[in-house]
Amino acid sequence: MITLPRPEVAAPRRLRARDLRRPLRRTLREWACELPLLVAALVSIFTTVGIVAVLAAETLAFFRLVPLGQFLTDTQWTPLFLEKHFGIVVLLSGTLLTTAIAMLVALPLGLLSAIYLSEYARPGVRRVLKPVLEILAGIPTVVYGYFALLFVTPLLQALIPGLAVFNALSAGIVMGIMILPLVSSMSEDAMAAVPRALREGAYALGATRFEVATQIVVPAALSGIVAAFILAVSRAIGETMIVAIAAGLSPTLTLNPLVPIETMTAYIVQVSQGDTPQGTLEYRTIFAVGTTLFMLTLALNIVSQWVLDRFREEYQ
Amino acid sequence: MSPPAASYSAPHLMRRRLRGRLFEWLALASTVVAIVVLALLLLDVLHDGLPRLSWSFLTNYPSRLAARAGIAPALVGSVALIVLTAALALPTGIAAAVWLEEYARRSWLTRVIEVNIANLAGVPSIIYGLLGLGLFVRALNLQRSLLAGALTMALLVLPIIILNTREALRAVPRSQREAAYALGATRSQVVWGVVVPAALPGIFTGIILALSRAIGETAPLIVVGAVAFIAFLPTSPLDPFTVLPIQIFNWVSRPQPAFHANAAAAILVLLVVLLSLNATAIVLRDRARRSLRW
Repeated sequence: MITLPRPEVAAPRRLRARDLRRPLRRTLREWACELPLLVAALVSIFTTVGIVAVLAAETLAFFRLVPLGQFLTDTQWTPLFLEKHFGIVVLLSGTLLTTAIAMLVALPLGLLSAIYLSEYARPGVRRVLKPVLEILAGIPTVVYGYFALLFVTPLLQALIPGLAVFNALSAGIVMGIMILPLVSSMSEDAMAAVPRALREGAYALGATRFEVATQIVVPAALSGIVAAFILAVSRAIGETMIVAIAAGLSPTLTLNPLVPIETMTAYIVQVSQGDTPQGTLEYRTIFAVGTTLFMLTLALNIVSQWVLDRFREEYQ
Repeated sequence: MSPPAASYSAPHLMRRRLRGRLFEWLALASTVVAIVVLALLLLDVLHDGLPRLSWSFLTNYPSRLAARAGIAPALVGSVALIVLTAALALPTGIAAAVWLEEYARRSWLTRVIEVNIANLAGVPSIIYGLLGLGLFVRALNLQRSLLAGALTMALLVLPIIILNTREALRAVPRSQREAAYALGATRSQVVWGVVVPAALPGIFTGIILALSRAIGETAPLIVVGAVAFIAFLPTSPLDPFTVLPIQIFNWVSRPQPAFHANAAAAILVLLVVLLSLNATAIVLRDRARRSLRW
């Protein structure tokens, strides 16, 4: 018999949990890689905290001198005059007026163009129209302001005698054009998410293209369309340069679109440009107005998101 | 078989088709409004601004005389502001997106950060101006400087960069990551060696979109305190500054038509800068689509 020599190998020791763990140094290195990334992600939280803190501090200082009741009920806004009034309603009415006009332009045109792009346009037409809308969305608002004041207003003055140089009408119309691409692209996205099968089912029942678009696709995409509308309102309320250039800087409590008004955003620009000393009451008004603006737009953005989440039709 | 229902009879169908045709024309007309307005806007600005455009317009300083006024400080200010903004916002934005997409586990913290970024994207730009005024100009005592403006702009474009970068990272297929892990790469090697390079074209597109937003912004910089009348070029980040949109705003706000022509000419310069940036974005996007085949 030949006996093979047993190989001199030590018996393997039992594997312990410790051996499966990653070496400490490697774990540390990975952690050192992750930490800066986490800090970067937290910058967004600090931004929100910063916005709320800055607005709250200055606004509280403002309300220590001007009672909240007066801020909400006074019907004049004259912080820069000798006899001071702080009725936010005046600026709110200006914002409301320009926003309403902008929506009258942006919502129907935006929805119709979304229906056209989603349901009617051939691919070649789409390839031309989509970039045009994207360009329109990318034009700086100060350029729209120029267009409103120096092109649209003179044009409207030829049609409407008595139209003031600064007015809510032309600012509102141009703002509507500016917001149109947002409404159109968000609504179109919502319509694109409606499954083909729904459309084909309706066609199979003998519906025309028009009936499919208005009775099947639009209702099915309604949550997305409503969310787009609400976001558009929020965008219009926060829009600054068009109204600062073309709508005027005269706070007036009116719903007449033909006379100069002032919006909340335009007021902030007006005071920022002037030489009002920092720390004065006049100066603090811009933060009080900013807080009002911030709360309004935040509420609308949250409602828009809620509509999207709550009423989304889940297909498949 | 019973005859078709009354509503599907021929004359009815004709009426329904006619209504559909009318609606189609209406919808097309609504879409064409956008093109018409864009064309009118461009023609108007070209008509008013082109005669005023010259080399001296680009190199002159602001002046009380419209014919002598130029945009040199505004142009230099815009470029300096964008470079600073990019230097601040790009690393932060990309890092935040990488953390959210590649590192973060589903936790309340992740959820809070995501909701927060979505909300920040909807905050009006002028509110960022108030933040910059309270935080950078006053609390950090940077005064009305280029740096204060750039910090404000960086916070403003951060949500756009984060959202676009996440989108680009998400488009990199799982298999790429898994292959790298299978070769023994650590997480940071996978992220920085495989995923981010693969997503780079998409990230670039998002960056360019964010920066073109920053170039056109006016309101937050007015609040932060950029001034329109500057007779020198900024030499350090702590100098006062102006930018093209503010120069345009200043000229539009004057009553004299000669200054309106200046504004139109400055708008042309601004639009050319924006157009070339966006053209770059489109080229990059197309190249990315062609070269990436998974």
